[in-house]
Amino acid sequence: MQRYIARRALQSLLTIWVMTLIVFTLARISGNPLDVMLPLEAGPEEYARVSKHWGLDQPLHTQYFIFLSKAVRGDFGDSWKWHGESAMGLVAQRLPATLQLAGFALAISLVIALPIGVLAAVMKGNGWDTAAKIIALLGQSLPPFWLGIVLMWIFAVHLGWFPTSGRGGIQYMILPAITLGWFQVAVVMRLLRSSMLDVLDSEFVKLTRIKGLAEWKVIWKHCLRNASITPLTVFAIIAGGLMTGAVVTESVFSWPGTGQLVVDAVRARDFQVVQAVVIVFAGIFILTNLVVDILYAYLDPRIRYQ
Amino acid sequence: MATETIRTLPWYAPPRVAQAMGQVRRYPLVPLALLTFLLVIPALFASQVAPYDPLQGSLSKRLKPPAWQQGGTLEYPLGTDKLGRDMLSRIIYGARVSLMVSLVAIFVGGIIGTVLGMISGYFGGWVDALLMRLVDISLSLPTILLALVLVAAVGPSFGTVITILMIFLWARYARLVRGETLAIKERDFIARARVAGASHIRIMARYIFPNVVNSLVVLATLQVGYVILLESTLSFLGAGLPRPTPAWGLMIADGRELIVTAWWVSMFPGLAIMLTVLSLNLLGDWLRDHLDPKLRNV
Repeated sequence: MQRYIARRALQSLLTIWVMTLIVFTLARISGNPLDVMLPLEAGPEEYARVSKHWGLDQPLHTQYFIFLSKAVRGDFGDSWKWHGESAMGLVAQRLPATLQLAGFALAISLVIALPIGVLAAVMKGNGWDTAAKIIALLGQSLPPFWLGIVLMWIFAVHLGWFPTSGRGGIQYMILPAITLGWFQVAVVMRLLRSSMLDVLDSEFVKLTRIKGLAEWKVIWKHCLRNASITPLTVFAIIAGGLMTGAVVTESVFSWPGTGQLVVDAVRARDFQVVQAVVIVFAGIFILTNLVVDILYAYLDPRIRYQ
Repeated sequence: MATETIRTLPWYAPPRVAQAMGQVRRYPLVPLALLTFLLVIPALFASQVAPYDPLQGSLSKRLKPPAWQQGGTLEYPLGTDKLGRDMLSRIIYGARVSLMVSLVAIFVGGIIGTVLGMISGYFGGWVDALLMRLVDISLSLPTILLALVLVAAVGPSFGTVITILMIFLWARYARLVRGETLAIKERDFIARARVAGASHIRIMARYIFPNVVNSLVVLATLQVGYVILLESTLSFLGAGLPRPTPAWGLMIADGRELIVTAWWVSMFPGLAIMLTVLSLNLLGDWLRDHLDPKLRNV
């Protein structure tokens, strides 16, 4: 087990390192940062002075080392677009809004996915099963940003039930959360259905029935508890989906989170902010993957020896 | 596993695509018809089918509603956008853009992945270990974020989008092909080819590749829809194709601000994406079940 954890942890570190390497390389490809920092009339001596100040006269590998050692401490420099704000400070300000939305979306998607997934398995080939199939298919085919706009058009513009955009009370959160959770519903439901089908077929379920247990108790207690291990394994996919989805959903609904921040930063070519968001998100993403893999290996010993 | 097929045929299995062609009657007709009318015909004959130039509009005709709404004319059946460009023509040209981006990305990414996957599975050893770590890493990179970094650095362009999609795509092909190569290289016909003096490159090209074609076709088909969705998402975020390209994602982004006054600007391109991706997914599922059922869990 320790060896497995060590190997996976090393791999995660490697992935984060590759990410920093990519970000650093791209930052340098994008041209001389001094062209953006200095006014047009700056002379060569100005360039030399500022380049010395920022360490840009050093060889590339030294620059990378400086970048890395600052990045480890969460220092990605100052934003160009939002004056006087550090890139990391902006990310920290906006992150709570994103986490709030993602958490709500996860809750909504579980509330929808659990009953439909279970009912689809219990009534295989029935109406619920068909509904589940259609939801799964739409989950894969609907562009999430378009779903957001359609929901906004129907429920905010036409019916006026919810506000179109912004952040406030719970009514502001419902449409974005459904948009964000939609894909997750499809994933969780499909997996839950297939693992429920496996469990329903097993010996111990027959035993509980022979014992004379009420059918609802067999299904919702004994089966569901055993079947919910499988969907846990895709939690990493779900977390990844929620984060990428947040970028899209936030820009549709003008939700003031990290996703909106990064899109604004890309439009303004504010590279410092983009790299801060990307490294933080990638870190969360890779860490979730790691934790889930370890959890899964703990639950299912076969994984450790692969 | 497809080992039975391989065992019963002495040299290599002919692509089962040919066999599948015989079962025309069992084709998934609805997705195929939708794809033909939504994607293939518009993409191939955009300039003949589209009534107007997708980039030229007249400001006097801006934001005309679709024909069946009050104020709409048959001149512009799906209405016009805020620059007075015909929605229908832009959607038709958008099909060409979507199809071209996804096909180029899948083709290039698929070739890179297939070659590296074959090398990895065939030679094994440290090459395999190194390539598979690379695959693991590139599968765990968050695609959209990577795209945002690349675009922030070099700006949005056709090349940027293709690069992003390729980085994302190659690893899946490499993993798939490596797995199959591992099984195939143990077969007798590979040993016989070696004894007959075939070089490594010849063995990979003539004896291993034909045996992985089926899986490649299925994976590629399953991915077209996904790639179209990804490209439109990137374009929507401003990290995909640059304006004024008639890309579906960009058109939806244009329509987002007009949602209160002009719903048609964002609705129709979205419908086009949804129907295209939906039918591609149905077609991919069907192909998988018929050509390569073992991919069901990939």
